[in-house]
Amino acid sequence: MISFDRVTVTYPGASSPALENVTLTIEEGHFALVVGPTGSGKSTLLRCVNGLVPYFSGGRLNGTVTVDGRSTENYRPRDLADAVGFVGQDADASFVADTVEDELAYAMENLGVDPASMRRRVEDVLDSLNLHALRQRAITTLSGGQRQRVAIGAAFTAAPRALVLDEPTSSLDPVSAEEVLASLARLVHDQGTTILVAEHRLERIAQFADVVVDLGAGPGQVRVGPPAQIFATAQLAPPVVRLARLAGWSPVPLSVRDARRQAGGLRRRLGQSRHPAAGTARGEKVARLKGLSANYGPIPALSDVSLDLYEGEVVALMGRNGAGKSTLLYHLVGLRRPQHGSVEVLGRAPWSLSAPEAIRLVGLVPQDPGALLCAETVKGECSDGDRDSGLAPGTTRAVLESLVGGIEDSSHPKDLSEGQRLALALALVLAPEPPLLLLDEPTRGLDYGAKERLAARLRDLAARGHCVVVATHDVELVAEVADRVVVLADGEVITDGPARSVVCHSAGLASQVSRILAPAEWLTVEEVAAALTAGAQSEPVL
Amino acid sequence: MLHSRLQPLHPVAWWCWAGALAVAAGRTTNLLVLCLILVVVSWVVTTRRSASPWARSFGALLRLGAFVIVIRLVVQVLFGDRVPGDTWFTLPSIPLPHWAAGVAIGGPVTAQAVLGAICQGLQIAVILACFGAANSLASSFRLLRCVPAGLYEVAVAVTVAISFTPQVVLSMSRVRDARRLRGRPTAGLKGWRGLAVPVLDGALERSVALAASMDARGFGRRAISRRRRRLTAAATLGGLVGLGVGIFQVLYSSSASGVGVAVLGFGGVLVIGGMVAASHGSRSRYRPDRWLAAEWLVMLSGLAALAGILAVGGGDPSSLTQPLYPLSLPAVPFLALAGILFAAAPSGIAPVPVRVRAKLQEAMA
Repeated sequence: MISFDRVTVTYPGASSPALENVTLTIEEGHFALVVGPTGSGKSTLLRCVNGLVPYFSGGRLNGTVTVDGRSTENYRPRDLADAVGFVGQDADASFVADTVEDELAYAMENLGVDPASMRRRVEDVLDSLNLHALRQRAITTLSGGQRQRVAIGAAFTAAPRALVLDEPTSSLDPVSAEEVLASLARLVHDQGTTILVAEHRLERIAQFADVVVDLGAGPGQVRVGPPAQIFATAQLAPPVVRLARLAGWSPVPLSVRDARRQAGGLRRRLGQSRHPAAGTARGEKVARLKGLSANYGPIPALSDVSLDLYEGEVVALMGRNGAGKSTLLYHLVGLRRPQHGSVEVLGRAPWSLSAPEAIRLVGLVPQDPGALLCAETVKGECSDGDRDSGLAPGTTRAVLESLVGGIEDSSHPKDLSEGQRLALALALVLAPEPPLLLLDEPTRGLDYGAKERLAARLRDLAARGHCVVVATHDVELVAEVADRVVVLADGEVITDGPARSVVCHSAGLASQVSRILAPAEWLTVEEVAAALTAGAQSEPVL
Repeated sequence: MLHSRLQPLHPVAWWCWAGALAVAAGRTTNLLVLCLILVVVSWVVTTRRSASPWARSFGALLRLGAFVIVIRLVVQVLFGDRVPGDTWFTLPSIPLPHWAAGVAIGGPVTAQAVLGAICQGLQIAVILACFGAANSLASSFRLLRCVPAGLYEVAVAVTVAISFTPQVVLSMSRVRDARRLRGRPTAGLKGWRGLAVPVLDGALERSVALAASMDARGFGRRAISRRRRRLTAAATLGGLVGLGVGIFQVLYSSSASGVGVAVLGFGGVLVIGGMVAASHGSRSRYRPDRWLAAEWLVMLSGLAALAGILAVGGGDPSSLTQPLYPLSLPAVPFLALAGILFAAAPSGIAPVPVRVRAKLQEAMA
């Protein structure tokens, strides 16, 4: 269905190719998963499939890409629209229409689908992606996750023979992500659609894949094979696989269900071990929200939220797409002035502060990190950051290097991959180390390694008395860093409690390890590993 | 029932209405007439715009209009032609060499010069307001759907162009937020300077990404034969040129504009013909915009305003200009004013946008 024959892509002005000598074939009706570290060329690979590379990106493509028997050499993206549905990484940039329904119908209109079946298919997709309540809404009023669902739906409706999706679940809450993946799997099973997905959150998607394409082995080397085989040795692997490696399970399970079947022995071995003590003690109050309410037009975003944040804690803000997480962060950083209620950061109202004053108290990495970047080069961006916050030259650059290495000084921030751009924005905000740090979805496009390094840095900041608030859907990150979890639903605080108990006792928010080892309350592979070594030392018999 | 429809008004109807009012504004410098057009346009926009983000374009263009008036005034006072009349005050003047005739720096500033500049500035501001009104009332996407598939390149250019204004407005708030997060000033001269480049850059980039997305989803597929494509493209482009020339004639010719109207009409016929011919492609419509009684009425109400101005202009052209010698109150051309008042009718005729209606019902309950 999709085949690459010795494909090499070099972008204009780049010193090395973004994709080198890729040869692979994806059979019709397969669910193929592309994995690889941040900046390894996953997006480029996907964008080659329908010819967006090189027609819209510029640069050189050597070799041949064939889809449904048509080569992208002879067919432009618009002529492949009936064969390939494409969902890009930045859903916002892809919207053509204003309202949800029009957006869903757009591709079908261009393909000339007759109006009766168009109505039916739009209805089907509204149902399968749970969008029916939003059908008349203007897309700009939707939350990030809702927009992602609309973008996926817009590619679904035209019923293409192949669907290409770039990180389709990274801004979705765990439940919607499962729904989206389930509907993708349904397309594969019922309609024989071929699916090609790039994703970093392997824990969500690994079990659905028939084939894995691993770009992580180094430039010019692509490994293609069945998931169990690739993940057994791949550098990047979901927690279930890492737990399996630790416990020596074979064959390597990819789903929680398969893992639980083999986990009896491990559960017994861990039976007597203790969890590590809860994180650092909390200190003084850093911020307080009191009776905060906010609306977007007639739609309530927050209602009567009261919350205190303390030094030395990492708070995870969770909740469905559109629950009001970003709005809450915007109030804390002072970009929105509270309509009702009050916001205080270290005793001051953040909205009343001037910009230079504000960044000394509180920093925010917004959901769209690219918005923060405005310099011409990575180097310029970093030195601007140092100057804005009065840091020693090179500080920001060093933070960036510690998160994601190998980014060239001279690259334009807009040419970076999604994950690299996020790392740059993170570096800009983390480097000045303000007392209150807010991160909105800080793992989009980051591979497991970068995520671990980010988690370590956040833990370190908390240990030194900073308060970190992370709004995220990434339960594995929450399991790794959070002391406390606050769950929002429809703008209200539903739960506020210690991370371990919230994560382990909630169906939607549980991490993979906690699901496998339930009812024992283990959160991460590292915890289990530490407990096993400790156990081995004290009880050599086991 | 005009009000019971769920669908918004046809975008072409809004653009015709706003276009007619803009042309009307271009025919007059009468302060009374210009102010009335501005009031009518603002009234219709406030009562009938939706809650969508592009609806904010009107406010942005009003501010741009105010800026134009100020600039026009400053230029007139400092460098403008020395208009004779009742001197208010005299600025120190710098003598310029003879080859710089027509340009002066400083000199006497007369009431006539100031009032004339204000009238001209206001005229441009009102035309901008009409453009903003069309942008706020009609979604550019729905307008684009009316462009025939045969005109692919033109259509993409048009989309990028008309989505540019709302994109800039959206991008502005995004960039301001980002600058605040980076700890940089968001107000004052420094703030503006840092804003301009990323805003334009961002808006441009988004427009290009939009073009890529449209392409990936099949926009502009060859639905009709190449020969027919060329034919319709030629007809429509020719028509558009005709429309442009016609509008220019009608706006700026001081004589009776029979030629202008004829060219305008011919251009219109060509454009419509081109669109009809090209629409036989294989595209289909999801919930097509329908052209019903309300659309006719909105379009006619705008044309009524234009007709009123043209009629007055034909009979008594002086009543459409601001009298400067001697300075006096503007004339009251009843026919023109009546026509413009008629153009307020869409605030009753056009369907209420869905979300505004929901809010009204909430308030009533």
